[in-house]
Parts: sequence; C-alpha cells; structure tokens
Amino acid sequence: MASVATDYTNKVLVTDEIAEFPSSIVAEMQSHLAKYPAERSRSALIPLLFVVQRERGYLDNPGMNFLAKFLNLEVTDVWETATFYSMFNLHKVGKHHIQICKTLSCKIMGEPEITKHICNKLAIKPGETTQDGKFTVTLVECLGSCGTAPMLQVGFDYHEDLTVEKVDKMLDSLK
Amino acid sequence: MEIKAIGCEPLQLKRMHVKDGHTLKVYQETGGYKPLKKALTMSQDDIINEVKTSALRGRGGAGFPTGMKWSFVPRNSPKQKYVVCNADESEPGTFKDRYLLERDPHALIEGMLIAAYALGSQACYVYYRGEYNYLIDVMDKAIAEAKAAGLIGKNILGTDFSCEFYTHTGAGAYICGEETSLLSSLEGFRGHPRMKPPFPAIEGLYASPTVVNNVETLTAVPQIIEMGGEAWRNLGTEKSGGTKVWSVSGHVKKPGVYELPMGYADMEKFILEDCGGMLRPDKKLKAVIPGGSSVYIMNADQIIGKKVTLDYEGLVAGGSSVGSGGFIVMDETVDIMESSKNLTEFYKHESCGWCTPCREGTDWMAKIFTRISEGNGRPEDAQLLLDICDNIEGKSFCPLGDAAAWPVQSAIKRFPEDFKKWLINNTNGNSIGV
Repeated sequence: MASVATDYTNKVLVTDEIAEFPSSIVAEMQSHLAKYPAERSRSALIPLLFVVQRERGYLDNPGMNFLAKFLNLEVTDVWETATFYSMFNLHKVGKHHIQICKTLSCKIMGEPEITKHICNKLAIKPGETTQDGKFTVTLVECLGSCGTAPMLQVGFDYHEDLTVEKVDKMLDSLK
Repeated sequence: MEIKAIGCEPLQLKRMHVKDGHTLKVYQETGGYKPLKKALTMSQDDIINEVKTSALRGRGGAGFPTGMKWSFVPRNSPKQKYVVCNADESEPGTFKDRYLLERDPHALIEGMLIAAYALGSQACYVYYRGEYNYLIDVMDKAIAEAKAAGLIGKNILGTDFSCEFYTHTGAGAYICGEETSLLSSLEGFRGHPRMKPPFPAIEGLYASPTVVNNVETLTAVPQIIEMGGEAWRNLGTEKSGGTKVWSVSGHVKKPGVYELPMGYADMEKFILEDCGGMLRPDKKLKAVIPGGSSVYIMNADQIIGKKVTLDYEGLVAGGSSVGSGGFIVMDETVDIMESSKNLTEFYKHESCGWCTPCREGTDWMAKIFTRISEGNGRPEDAQLLLDICDNIEGKSFCPLGDAAAWPVQSAIKRFPEDFKKWLINNTNGNSIGV
C-alpha cells in the first residue's frame, strides 16, 4: 500500500491510496455534478461526501483522496469542508448510528430518560460504539421534530414521540 | 401532533390533510399552478409590486420585507441570477417547513418559479438541512413530475421563460440557515458567513445576483399572486400581512403546526386553549419562547392577561419577537437556568468559529453554565454571563452571536429567582466570593 506518512510503529497515518468505486456509484456521483455549472463542480462536494460516507462507512483517507481527484481539488480542500459538518463521520461508527436530539424541546419532554435507557441497554455512553460494532449513540442538536419530542434519528430515519417501549421495539428491529 | 389553521382558512396548510397532496395531480386539482400561469402573463415589476403590497416578510426569522429583497436584484445584470430556498430549518423549536416540504412540495416549486420569473432567473436551488434527507426524495419526485408536465425546463407552459430546478443537501450545521453561510455551503465550502455588503442580491451564489428565501416565504407567493397582494395582506394586519405558520412544542396538550392570521389575539388563548392547555393541568405555565430559541424568553406574567397579539409588532410590544415562529412552552417544572444552559450549549456547538466574540463567548458561557449546574455557581456569575453577552451582541460577524446572547440576557432578567437559587445557595458552598 502506498503511504505518505507513518508513525514510529510504521502505522499508516496518511495514505495516498485512492479508493475505487463501482461504475454505478460513479454514475450516481456524476448525477450530482450535473446539478451545478461545469466550472463550479466544488458545489457537489457535500452531496458526494455523503455518497463516500455511505459506501465506505465513514470518510476514510482513500475515499477522500478519490473525491479530491474526482473534483480536481486539493485533498486539504476536501477535508476542510468535511470537518466542518456534524453529519460527517471522520471515524468508524456502528452499523446503526443512533442520534438522539438533546435540544430544549426534546430535553424537557423526556430526552434524558430515553438516553439513559438506550445507553443502559447497549452498555455504552453517548459518543461510544458497542463492541460488536452494531450501534453508535450520539447526542445531537435540534433535528426539527420538536412537536413530536422526544425523538431520535437512526441513519436518516426519524423516530418520534418516543417512549421507553417504543425505543425497545426499535432497538429489537435493528439487526 | 396537530396540523391545522385557526382563525382563517388554511392557505399554507391547505393540502396538509389532502390525500396525495404532494402529487402533481392532486396539487393541480386543488388549484395548483394556476398562479404560475397567471404570473407568466404579468410583468416582472407587477409581480414584485404585488409581493411588496402583500407586506410579506421573511418567515425564516429575520422578517425582512420579501418584495423589497426581490427589488434589490439588478435584473438587467448580464450574469445568471439565482433563486435559492432556505430549507435548512434548524432553529430549535421550529418544524413547520418540514411539513410544508413533506406534504406540499409543488407549492414550493411554484413559488420559486414565480420568483425566478420575476427576477429573470433560470436556476433554482433548494438547500435542505442534511437531516431532512427523506424530504429531498419527496422533492426530487415532485421535480420529475413537474418537468414531465412542462412546468420546469425550457419554455415553461409554452412561454419563453425557462428555468431549471435542483435540490441540494447540507450536512448538519445550524449556521447554514444564515443566508450567506448557506451560499458558502452551497458552493462546497465550510458554512462561514460572508461580509455584507455586497448583499446576496448583488453578489450571492457564484458571485451572481441571488435571492435566498425561507420555505414558508416562497410557498406564500402563489397565494399572493392568486388573490392579489392587497387581499393577502388584509388577512393579517397593515404591517404584518397574511397568515403565518407557527410550530408549537413543549408542555402543551396539542403540540403541532398551526396557521394563524397575522395579528391573532391573543397569545394566552392560543397556548391555553387552541393548543389544548398545559400538558399536565396541575402545572402552571412558566415560560414561552415564541420565535425559535433565538428570541427573548417570556415569563407567564408577560402573557397571561396581557392580550399579546401574534404578529411582528405585537410580539415586540409583548417583549419578544416572531423569529421563526417556533413556540417552546415550558411549565413550572423547568428551571430556566437549566433551559438557558441547554440553549447555550446549542449555540456553542453551532458557532462556526469564524469570529472571536461568538466562538469564544459561547464557549465561555457554556463553561460558566456548567460550573453553575455542578453546584459551583458564584454570586457574580449572572453578571459575568451578562457581560459576556454584551461582548457578543452586536459585535459578532453574523446574527448567530446575537441569537446566543438574547436568550441568556432575557432569562437572567426575567427569571432572576432561577439564577439566584443556584448562585447564592450553591450546593457545594465552596466557591462563593472566589
């Protein structure tokens, strides 16, 4: 594997390896590019970061190298944008990313109990991933679902009007 | 959750309970795209004048007159002009746009097409917050339908007006609800705000003339064209025209999305009757934040018996403002020090870090709130928080700084007891006067 920086144990810190994607995924990326003027392809960066994250699980070094090449940007440009946004995972997360809204409306409608219940059940703290790599729990800011508080999002799916029973059902359904 | 109009015919919420209201067929059966046809027979100036007459003001939070915003666009500029919809609904307590986008996407398409025609634009972008991913699918389907019907693309409805329509996603950043940050993000950069002037109307997306409007602002446009600006304004008050969609959350029996005529009387009736009253009848109303978290918090004494009207002027007179129209209702079980801590942590997390007063100020405020909540509050901490607010308010690069300062300033002023009990009798008792 090509690499450009290692630590003293020869662990690769930064690599110039470029990820490969199947042609269907590259076609999907092209469809995003088509939305913007040709000389403004950087506009497609955020949508494309989501594609890379979905395909590779998180924004890994080779995936980012691919995007830089694809959009004709410096690798640092790609990282610069990616590190700003809270939905991009710079490290591996569990198969199911449970994001619990902790902002005021959810907070006063029972978020603390929901968080406690989920964390107890999965035996992790917010910000952690279960050992089997199945679940990550994160506390996030307002998800725009205050009328059906408390709520959480798993991946892109909203789960609203939560009760402890509903949460149990939801966790059981996530394989 | 309730979704309904009170005190007026549902306009914004017209299709919320209509089966398949999100489809082109039902949209057209219920009067959709007639306003666009009408608009295409009008002059660009006439459309802008109707919007000016309507007294429509930006529904995202700033309340800037929409017609005036449109009139700033130099239509004779040779550059491409852009119409951008701000669907980055991230203001705590606000969720109205989500339902408009989910159940009536064609209303937004129609409103944006009318805006594009009036401004001489051939490209529209809808910027969604990243978490609203499922709504992008809804919109993409609606766009495909509209395209197939000749409503988007070349020579719309047989006229020489052509316009393309695209969706775009953010990725989790409250700051991108600020229009210049949104444009930075739409260009693929970090969501940092830009210096104004130049305003987006002159140099916005790709340094071209751009209008950025909230979802609810744009979905009002077809109604204004259909009934005329004056008739629409008369639904509300002289200065606050039309109807407004409010989101209600927190300790009420019927949280939800409510459309009210501007000038609706009064706030007490709205919360205690229309929204079903307090969630737990034995708990009294303590506080309401009426405009999303970024406005002054009101105490019960400012609401009960005060006949506060729900419009831009009425809420300012009542001690707060319309903002994005997100009501957060709190009963007496809520400690306002803790609710202020929660919101301060939100602003700290969402501060983009571009300017020092906001980045450092929100961080220090959050640290002080943490100290207080851990029982180590100091008697001078309330004043310290106010001093930090003073160093943020009006001194930040963009309005996020003000938005972080106002809730804390008003909370300390209007709920002094909730702070005193933490600061005078701190539970650890080891830091008084230090």
